[in-house]
Amino acid sequence: MRGVDRRSLTGKGPRADRHVPLIVVGAGAAGIAAAVEAARSGVETLLIDEHPVDNDMMAMDVPLCFGQRMQPAVRNRALMLERIVETNPALATAHEAGVDVQLGTYVWGAFVAGPTVQELPAPMLGLADERRSWLVSYDRLVVAAGARDVLLGFAGWERAGTLGASGAAALLTRYRALSARRLVVIGSGTLGLHTAALALDHGIEVAGVVEVEDGVRGDHAAAKALAERGVPLLTGHTIRAARGRVGEIESIVLAAVDADGRPIGGRDREIACDAMCLAVGLVPSVELLHLVGARLRFDGTLGGWVPEIDASMRTSVPSVYAAGDGAGFHERMLGAPEIAREQGRVAGLAAAESLGALDRREAEQRRGPASPAMPPSTDVFSYWQTWLRSLIEAGGWNVNACQCEEVTRRELVETRPPRYLGWDSPQMQARDLGTLLRDGPLNQDQIKRLTRAGMGPCQSRRCREQVGLLLAQAAGISVEQIPLPTFRPPVRPLPLNVLWPTDEPSAMREDWVGWFGIPTQFSPHWEPGMVLDEPTAHARLIMSDE
Amino acid sequence: MTTSGAAVVIVGGGVTGLSAGWWLARDGADVLVLEKGIVGWEASGRNGGGATHVYSPFGLEEQRLWPQMDQLLGYPTEHQSFRIGVALSEAQLALAKRWAEIGEARGFRWELLDRRQLKELVPIVGDSAIGGTYLHFGGHANPQRTVQAYAWALQDCGGRILQHTTVTGLVQRGGRVTAVETTRGTFGADVVVVAAGPQTGLFADMLGMTLPLAPARVEMIATEPIPLMRVGGVAGNGLYGRQTLRGNLVYGGGPHEWINVPDMATPEHRNTPLVRNLGRRLAELFPGAAHVRMIRAWSGLVENTPDGLPVVDRLANPDNVVIATMSSVGFGLSPASGRAISELVQHGRCSFADLGALALSRFADTPHDWRERVGWVATRAEVELAAGGDG
Repeated sequence: MRGVDRRSLTGKGPRADRHVPLIVVGAGAAGIAAAVEAARSGVETLLIDEHPVDNDMMAMDVPLCFGQRMQPAVRNRALMLERIVETNPALATAHEAGVDVQLGTYVWGAFVAGPTVQELPAPMLGLADERRSWLVSYDRLVVAAGARDVLLGFAGWERAGTLGASGAAALLTRYRALSARRLVVIGSGTLGLHTAALALDHGIEVAGVVEVEDGVRGDHAAAKALAERGVPLLTGHTIRAARGRVGEIESIVLAAVDADGRPIGGRDREIACDAMCLAVGLVPSVELLHLVGARLRFDGTLGGWVPEIDASMRTSVPSVYAAGDGAGFHERMLGAPEIAREQGRVAGLAAAESLGALDRREAEQRRGPASPAMPPSTDVFSYWQTWLRSLIEAGGWNVNACQCEEVTRRELVETRPPRYLGWDSPQMQARDLGTLLRDGPLNQDQIKRLTRAGMGPCQSRRCREQVGLLLAQAAGISVEQIPLPTFRPPVRPLPLNVLWPTDEPSAMREDWVGWFGIPTQFSPHWEPGMVLDEPTAHARLIMSDE
Repeated sequence: MTTSGAAVVIVGGGVTGLSAGWWLARDGADVLVLEKGIVGWEASGRNGGGATHVYSPFGLEEQRLWPQMDQLLGYPTEHQSFRIGVALSEAQLALAKRWAEIGEARGFRWELLDRRQLKELVPIVGDSAIGGTYLHFGGHANPQRTVQAYAWALQDCGGRILQHTTVTGLVQRGGRVTAVETTRGTFGADVVVVAAGPQTGLFADMLGMTLPLAPARVEMIATEPIPLMRVGGVAGNGLYGRQTLRGNLVYGGGPHEWINVPDMATPEHRNTPLVRNLGRRLAELFPGAAHVRMIRAWSGLVENTPDGLPVVDRLANPDNVVIATMSSVGFGLSPASGRAISELVQHGRCSFADLGALALSRFADTPHDWRERVGWVATRAEVELAAGGDG
């Protein structure tokens, strides 16, 4: 008998529910510009954005750090959808250009063929809303997934009220549903100053902008304007702790620091607030780019791991483009959405040209002259390290680095097994980051497996960067020497009964076995050749045709 | 460049090689493990963690050793005893009972669970469960923690591990393998153990032997933690896996994809939309957890021999080589397989198990195109060839 192995995936590869020539992920400035250019070139284009995000997801700080400061109105999805459309007029432009716009839709996976995956008829994305999931295949993909917050822990950062700048901005401008009255902003770079001004504009009191360095990092005119609006600029300070009744932030204790970022004893001050916003920086959201196999490189001036892209915003995977903050973020992009928009336009036109919808001349004409190169930006990682060092000095080593799994800074650098194992031994005591480093270069995924830092339901969104920073600091190396910790699907934590397929090919059900279905694999050795048949299995002793 | 070698050089820092190295180092042998990446990084550290393989010649030793492993190693493995099999149909119940009876034949105790008893033990099963089995044997452990524990314990006994060192060749002289060539120099050896997972066959080729191995990719999923059940080792409905001590449900199963591994490089691991089908089966098995979030998935590469049984064999020629592949079922058996390999290295025979059925010689006449013949083919072109080659 000949034929393919019925227990294998052969012939059961996933079938997409839909195919579109171009999918654009992310309806920010870059994504909309890309989708509009492509649609105007005659390319059938699907534009996907996950906002409005389901309330339960927001409560997990996914995809942005919302810090539990959502107004109850976010449970009203229809209302939130309305607000998201209202506050982003460019969505209407996309719609008019013929783009198929799907809001409130998560992209939880990107699947491509490779040496270990051949049963995939086409590259495809896994999409989902709050009820079901589906697959859409594509010819070209533009990832304009934006950037997310870098969070740095302090005593009490688990409390409700700890937001990230991008989470706060989303709640303020897109959802118009931030439930905070008095906010302290951490970080005085453009991001911090921008966030403070945004909060003031939306009627929220800003009780201070805190900066560990001895001067304001961002634009001095912007800082002066904030000061004139009554915002204290607290330079030379770090966070000692957040305080309040159980689970809530009601005040923040700041410690004055010396030129090295070390707290000066006896100079603490407490500021009443119901929320604080970490605005020290953003990192590009590169999950999907990683999943499609696009080459990433480390650039400290662009927020860390960014895709390698050519002049047309094309990644190392020829069918995939990246644009906007997700292709590399620096603070000057905040006040200049035209940068992301231009990148999106270029990506959209290049995708359209590569699909044959435009010829080269047309594409070049519409692209216009190349925009001047961005002036070099500063490396943000040394700034983040300065913050982290001061936070460790002020808050100590028993502060959680990973909230979900409750792994402290100390447990991380001592590579302790999780507390719930209740394990101790002299051998374990003798092991730490130092002994691990003697055996090989630092690998964040390996330390994750040992300590569980980054293994929780927020999918390491809150700790990925600070774990890397902390490990680099403890090992005396720079973050870029640590390989990128992997991203794996689902890149959004979705319920089983949302992700599951509602129908399956009958072969998938009928031929499903727990493990290979090799009839003799589990034969009792005292009865060699005895077949242990799984319920659906049709016993077929291999080699039986000889 | 020749670097100092070791009495025993082990090619492959997976769970089998690490366990063998640990047992050898415990006995005072001078051991060097060469690993092309990080210890236990491939299938050894990313499997279901099951430790219930009483059917195997290593089964009794597996059962004897696991409860002692934390103490023997000095590091936590998260080993937990006992298993529950859940059946959603009469056919699934028959299979669960068959597994239990195999244990019974080796002197282990088990009980049949009715639906009520099952629901008490596993509150997340639904009315679809018709019953199950409670095995007073078997268990599960945390693969990631266990592989690291083997590696550390091996070092604690004086053994050495070189990570990021790829073995590229075997130096043969006078009917023996005298050294291994690597990307970081040549290492002399008195005895060589090859336990290189999917690449084990490439080393057999170097020795002029035939070790038919078909690599495949398999996938697993993990959920967010849910409250701990009394027994974490619960499986059924075509899934293997466990609830971890943290509370995550970690399960795999279903179709595999045959692939080729042509050289020493390990192809990158990727997932496919199969993770949705796994989620569906998990929700069918545990309707009470259907709303739980999937937070991770991963894939791994495993290799199978044509009969699905391991090869654990000290070769006759060259007579200082032990070849080991566990044919995709290596983690749970590792305490015993490592001990067996250690004995083969030191004494030329295994004292506690009959390894006759695991000899490499059983494949001496396996035809070159055996994968095509049984349909375990990798590329699309090969699939079409096999499908169209009837007659």
